[in-house]
Amino acid sequence: MEDAPTELGDSNKDTEVAPALIAVHPSQDSVATAVGSDLRVFDFRQNCAVSLKDDSSEGSLHRDSIRAVRYGAHGKLLVSAGDDKLVKVWSTLSWRCITTVCSEKRVSAVAISDDGSYVCFADKFGVVWIVDLDTPDGQVVEFSPDGKYILSADRDFKIRVTVFPKNPLDGAHEIQSFCLGHTEFVSCIAFLCTPEYPQGFLVSGSGDSTVRMWDIISGSLLDTCEVGEKAGLLGSNGREAECYSAVTDLCTSSDGSLVAVAVQRQVPENFLLHPFFPCQVVPIRGGTFIPTSLQMCSSTGLLWMITGVSNLRGSEYPSLARVRVISGLKKSNSDSNEREPNVMDDNDIPGGAKLLEKLQGSLSYSEEVFLAAAEAVKTAMSNLLIKKQYSSEKREFRKRTRNDKKIKH
Amino acid sequence: MLENEANPTLSKSTGLPRKRFYRARAHSNPLSDSHFPIPISPHHVDYFLHYPQFFPSSDQTDGSKKIQFADIGCGFGGLLISLATLFPETLMIGMELRDKVTEYVKERILALRTANPGQYQNVSVVRTNSMKYIPNYFEKGQLSKMFFLFPDPHFKEKNHRRRVISRFLLDEYAYVLQVGGIIYTITDVEELGEWMKTCLQDHPMFEALTSEELEVDPVVKLLSSATEEGQKVARNGGQTFQAVYRRIAPSL
Repeated sequence: MEDAPTELGDSNKDTEVAPALIAVHPSQDSVATAVGSDLRVFDFRQNCAVSLKDDSSEGSLHRDSIRAVRYGAHGKLLVSAGDDKLVKVWSTLSWRCITTVCSEKRVSAVAISDDGSYVCFADKFGVVWIVDLDTPDGQVVEFSPDGKYILSADRDFKIRVTVFPKNPLDGAHEIQSFCLGHTEFVSCIAFLCTPEYPQGFLVSGSGDSTVRMWDIISGSLLDTCEVGEKAGLLGSNGREAECYSAVTDLCTSSDGSLVAVAVQRQVPENFLLHPFFPCQVVPIRGGTFIPTSLQMCSSTGLLWMITGVSNLRGSEYPSLARVRVISGLKKSNSDSNEREPNVMDDNDIPGGAKLLEKLQGSLSYSEEVFLAAAEAVKTAMSNLLIKKQYSSEKREFRKRTRNDKKIKH
Repeated sequence: MLENEANPTLSKSTGLPRKRFYRARAHSNPLSDSHFPIPISPHHVDYFLHYPQFFPSSDQTDGSKKIQFADIGCGFGGLLISLATLFPETLMIGMELRDKVTEYVKERILALRTANPGQYQNVSVVRTNSMKYIPNYFEKGQLSKMFFLFPDPHFKEKNHRRRVISRFLLDEYAYVLQVGGIIYTITDVEELGEWMKTCLQDHPMFEALTSEELEVDPVVKLLSSATEEGQKVARNGGQTFQAVYRRIAPSL
C-alpha cells in the first residue's frame, strides 16, 4: 500500500525536503532558524537581524539543507551542520565562523559539550564524530560529548548511552546502557533535570507516538506517555487508530517541570503541543501549524516553534517557514501546577515583525502552503526513518536491477 | 519413521534434516532493513520457546538462567551442536541472518533432541541480524563466550563496513560480554584474519589470550574442527587464522 510514495522518494532524491529548524539562545539573546541551506539569526541585544560572516578558506555558508542547528549550554557557540557535509561552529559574539569541519558523510545531528570544548556530530551510518575545539585546526576524530555520557538514538528503535572517555580522541568504546522499548524510530531525545534529581532523566520521542522516560545508567524504562492517544482525544474523529502520529520534536524546561512535545497528525489543525506532567494539549489556533522543531528558552520560559520546509516542489515558495511562540508556560507561583499556555500574537513576539521577517523570510504565507509543507515533511520523515516495505515483485525487480551484479557475456 | 517418509527433507536413517533441501545463498546483505520480528528488549526474548525443557512454562522464566554463549553467524550449526554436549548446563544460541539456514539448524536441533532424549535442550537458534540487534537479545555483561567463525570476508574496501568484526561493533560486543568473557574468531582468509586481529588488538576492552591459555581451552580446538566451514578448509588443506581475545575492564 505504501509502495507508491516509497518508490517516489527512492528514485528521486531531489524531492527530499528538509524541515525547518529553530534554536534559541539559553538566555534568549538570539534566535536562529534554519530553512534549507539558509541559516537565519536574529539578535535581541541589537534588536536586529544578523548577517553571518565566514572568513575561512571555504569562504561560504552552507550549500545544502541544514539538518541540525544548536546552541552550546552557555550560549557562546552556535553550531550548524547538514547535507553539505560541513559542520560550522559560530561565535555568538562576533557572528563569525570559528571552525568549519568537513565530514565524510552528510551530518544528521550535532551537540556541544557543556564546557564548550568539544563539538560532536553524527552521520546516518551511525558513527558519532568528535571535534576538539581547543586544537587549532579542528581535528576530526571519532566519537563525542555530554558531560559523562554520549547519547545517540537511531531508527532501529534504540537509544545508546556511551561513556564519555577521558581522552575522547582515542574513541569512546564503553557502552553504559541501551534504552530499549520504543517500537519505531526514535526522533528526538532530551534531558529533564529536576532539583531532586540533578543527573536528569532522559525523555525520548518516537515514531510509535509515545514519549518515554528513562534512567540512562541502567537503561530502564521509567514511564511511557501515549501522546498520540492523548492528542487524539481532542480531535476525536476515529481515524487515529490506523496510523501512528509520529513525535517530531520535544524539548524540556530548565526546571524539569515540563516537556513540550510536537505530534504529527493527519487532520488539519492537528499538530499540537503538549506538556507532559500532567499531560495537557495546547491547540494552536489561527490555522494549520505543525511544528517541525521546538525549543524552550530557559530564562524567559517562552516556547519557540517553527514549521516549514525547503525544496518544496510545485509551490510558489521553494522554502517557507513560520515561527510562533507560546507563553504562559512558567508557573505563576510555585504552589500551584496551573499553567495558562497562550499562543502569542505575532505582534507580541519579542522582536516583533522585524524578527519574523528575518526568520521566516516573509511576513505571511497562505494557509494551503503549510498544509502541503506538512504533508511533505511527513513523507520525507517516513522515507528517511521508516523501514521500507517492498512487495515480492518489487523485491525481485530491485534484485534484477542491482548494479553490482555481474553481467554474463 | 512413518513421519520421516512423509517428510523427504529429513534423512531416513538418522532423522536429521538433509542439507540439500536447505540450499541458500552464500551471502546476505547485513545493512538492509530487516523485517523479521525482533524482541524489544532482552526481557522479551522467549526462553520458553527456545529451551522448553529448562523453562517448562512461559511464566516461569524468572530470569535466573540466561543465555551465555552466542554463535554469531552460526551457519549450519556445527559448533553449537558440539558445544551443546560439552557444556550441557549452559544455554547457548546461534544467530544467523539467512532464514533457510536458520530453518535447517532449527530442524537439526529438534531432530537431535528427539533422537537423544535429554540432550541438546540447551541449544537454540534465531534468525536475526546481529550487527543491528545484539542489544535486543542480551543484557549488559550477560555473555561469557561469543563466536565469529568463518565470517563473510567482504574483500572490497567499500564493503568493509559490512564485516561482522569492526571497531564500532566491538563496542557492542564488549557491552554484552562479561568481564573475563571470551571472543573467538577464526577465518581461512588471511586478510580478514589480520583485520579481525587488528580490530581486537586496538580495542581497549579486549586482550589476547596467552598461548598456554589457548592450549588448555577445549573450545579452541573446536573452532576449526566442529564447523562445516572449518571441515571444508581442512579437506582442501587450507590454512586458518585465529584470534581469541578476553573482555577486560577498560583502564581508567
